Amino acid sequence: MARSTFVYVTYIRTTPEKLWSALTEPEFMKEYWFGMHGESQWTAGSPWKLVASDGKVAGDGEIVESDPPKRLVFRWQDRTKPEMEAEGPSLCTMELVPEPTVVKLSITHTIECESSKLIVAVGGGWPKVLANLKTFLETGTAAIARPAPR
Amino acid sequence: MTQPHHDSDLLFKALADSSRRKLLDLLHAYDGRTLNELCEHLDMSRQGVTQHLDLLVAANLVATVRRGREKLHFLNPVPLQEIYGRWISKFEKPRLKALDQLKQKLEDNHG
Repeated sequence: MARSTFVYVTYIRTTPEKLWSALTEPEFMKEYWFGMHGESQWTAGSPWKLVASDGKVAGDGEIVESDPPKRLVFRWQDRTKPEMEAEGPSLCTMELVPEPTVVKLSITHTIECESSKLIVAVGGGWPKVLANLKTFLETGTAAIARPAPR
Repeated sequence: MTQPHHDSDLLFKALADSSRRKLLDLLHAYDGRTLNELCEHLDMSRQGVTQHLDLLVAANLVATVRRGREKLHFLNPVPLQEIYGRWISKFEKPRLKALDQLKQKLEDNHG
């Protein structure tokens, strides 16, 4: 079956536990995900939703696999645009692999649909979110949310 | 290969070659390709393409995923976003702010 996949990898100087918290705790998420945050119990089978800063649900689904602080898989149904909603749910896999001084975070986002609009849309967002997450965990401040330097 | 994936020297070195930039452009056009598919578009040996891909992987510009027997290559734009944050937006913001202030000042004087 035709599918669209994006893969993102970043290496962050942190611990798997801190990274897991940053990926699952709403207060952390808002810092680097442009005000958005996820809400879930983060256990297999529990519902998941992505909430924008204005309170609107941008996406929802359920947790497929959860193995803290190593692996999180969830189904992601877009709720922002009818044409993306029509594509059905996508699958997002987050893998955390500790290396001597860093943690490798891989995000694989897949949808069973050729040239998916959702994948292109999230494809523009993931690099910014991940670069922000890295800066946030390594320095305590998100790069893009930071005021302009003098 | 060792794991200095967060070394910006490696990143800039990886970008400083037209064949490697072509590989990134090929993956940008169509992601998740095998080595064989990539070789078709480059006028060099399979071993040459492998070496270029290894450097791109070491710089974290390319991520690989195993699917059965195949190894698929994906463009990983996260380090490019980091370059943008480090080398572009940082220098751009004060100028944009200065232009904005100039505009406001000039328009205030006329208004």
